[in-house]
Amino acid sequence: MAIAVDCHDVTKAFGTGDARVQALRGVTFAAAAGEMTLLVGPSGCGKTTLISAIAGMLTPDAGSIAVFGADLRKLSRGKLTAFRAKSVGFVFQQFNLLPALTATENASIPLRILGASAGEANRRAAVLLDRLGLAAHRDRFPDQLSGGQQQRVAIARALVHEPQLVVCDEPTASLDAQSGQAAMALLRDLAVRADRAVIVVTHDSRIFSFADRIAHMADGRIENVSIQDAEAA
Amino acid sequence: MAVVALRMLFGDRAKYLGLVFGVAFATLLVTQQGGMFVGLMTRTASVIEDVREADIWVMDPQALYIDTVRALRDTDLGRVRGVPGVAWAVPFYKASAPVKTLDGRIDNALLLGLDDATLIGVSHDVKLGRVEDLRQPDAIAIDEAGYLRLWPGEKLRLGRELELNDHRAMVVAITGASAAFTANIIIHTPYTRALDYLPQGRDTLSFVLARAAPGQTPAAVARAIAARTGLQALSSADFRWKTIDYYLAKTGIPISFGLVIVLGVVVGIAIVGLTFNMFVAENLRQYGALKAMGLSDLRLVGLVLLQGTVVGLMGFGIGLGLAASFFEFATQPPGALRGFSLPWWVAAGDAGLTALIVLLAMFASLRRVLVLDPAIVFR
Ligand SMILES: Nc1ncnc2c1ncn2[C@@H]1O[C@H](COP(=O)(O)OP(=O)(O)O)[C@@H](O)[C@H]1O
Ligand SMILES: [Mg+2]
Repeated sequence: MAIAVDCHDVTKAFGTGDARVQALRGVTFAAAAGEMTLLVGPSGCGKTTLISAIAGMLTPDAGSIAVFGADLRKLSRGKLTAFRAKSVGFVFQQFNLLPALTATENASIPLRILGASAGEANRRAAVLLDRLGLAAHRDRFPDQLSGGQQQRVAIARALVHEPQLVVCDEPTASLDAQSGQAAMALLRDLAVRADRAVIVVTHDSRIFSFADRIAHMADGRIENVSIQDAEAA
Repeated sequence: MAVVALRMLFGDRAKYLGLVFGVAFATLLVTQQGGMFVGLMTRTASVIEDVREADIWVMDPQALYIDTVRALRDTDLGRVRGVPGVAWAVPFYKASAPVKTLDGRIDNALLLGLDDATLIGVSHDVKLGRVEDLRQPDAIAIDEAGYLRLWPGEKLRLGRELELNDHRAMVVAITGASAAFTANIIIHTPYTRALDYLPQGRDTLSFVLARAAPGQTPAAVARAIAARTGLQALSSADFRWKTIDYYLAKTGIPISFGLVIVLGVVVGIAIVGLTFNMFVAENLRQYGALKAMGLSDLRLVGLVLLQGTVVGLMGFGIGLGLAASFFEFATQPPGALRGFSLPWWVAAGDAGLTALIVLLAMFASLRRVLVLDPAIVFR
């Protein structure tokens, strides 16, 4: 497998003294390009902390993280911000769409951040929304969309700038079972590419079948990794 | 991304309106009070300003401002005329006098007595009649606002009679004399007639008005007059400021206006600051999402500043518009506020103050956005 994300002995603690929480206790973990990797485990085991570090939003206390060969430790604050803008696509549990923007405008934000014109960004966002089955809802505002539709807008937003890495934190947790399955199917379809790694954090066992690889996490460590035949999904 | 910032701002209509209202309110208060204050202070010296021909005022050495003057000796006029550098010098009488219309309305007037021969000091703004007619018996000129005070709602008409300190007076001219600080009615009449109206002791000469000879500055000639006569002599400009300074320093006017202005600024900062803080707090997740997606702190601050700038401009525009309409409509003659206007520099100063209000109000909000941890979007 072509290693896209390579974490080695990553540790991270929050707080001090009695309030100190060791969220990551030496995580060694890899995700391959061309695959969808699920990071699963009980609530509080450190999944979100780990993908925050992988996405360049959180600096670990120790250990190394390389994303497509780039050592995140060596990037300045500004470079990390630029790395997130260019190379990472995000899907959040709480969608986090901007309520004052239409679906198209929301999906176009990463391109706007990278400096594309509104016209170009909206055009590319619209193409993606069409493929996600939202052609008729492009000009709607988030509060005019169902949860499943909002999460599909969020998926478009995560992919519109063609990032190398897509991270999703509990993408189905705010959706009903059917919408969750649909969102995962679309994500698999559109996000997984030979030159891209997709990491999905979840504790929703109903979507395990979409994974190529499942990393089981517990108490700040990766316990084991299982390989799946995703095509069977 | 500017569009995103504006859509975020306009999307939250209630807070947007609250913000604009806060800025507009502060602007209106500060601009209106600032303009009133400047107008009032200018009015204290309007009598000096209205005398255009003279550029030197000679008065009692103890005089502090135009409204406390002990009379000079009649012989002082000749002494002033004898000072080298004085082109001419004329007497000027200033007193307050009770007036009464034939139908019994009474009021108080500022009576200005002008040199009989030249009428120097008469208003240059004549609405009706001719100032030369002041040489007719019992003739006076009255200002338009004063006329309308004595005969409310009536058309301007010459030949009307009134009683000035129980003496008959007849209106031969109606002027646009600037509103005075101490009286509502301004009456011009020749010097000797003014003395007939208000017979007092021996000394009646309030001021000597003089003009510097060509090539000499009023200030230099004023110094020469003071040196030669022992009287107080000031250029018109200096006397005007001496009078304004007196009112600034010795009355509560600046403090009361200043307090309202400070209040406007404080309330403005409070309203705008609290509302903006609420706006930013409520949108913190959105800012966080943008930050997570790789929007730099600098650009994020730019977005917030843009939001603040738009609020500031809208609020300032509305506040200034309201203040300007106030000065447009409330100061129509002959109303009590006639002559008040909004000097451009008061509006400009308030623009600076509004910018300061918005910046101060946004300070806490900017900090929140800067320290915001983008990882909150995963929570
Ligand atoms: N910013 C933080 N401050 C303090 N404790 C935190 C913070 N983020 C996470 N934690 C703690 O770290 C542990 C792991 O959290 P998290 O990575 O969110 O777990 P998961 O996503 O698997 O539910 C938890 O005990 C959580 O309370
Ligand atoms: Mg989590």
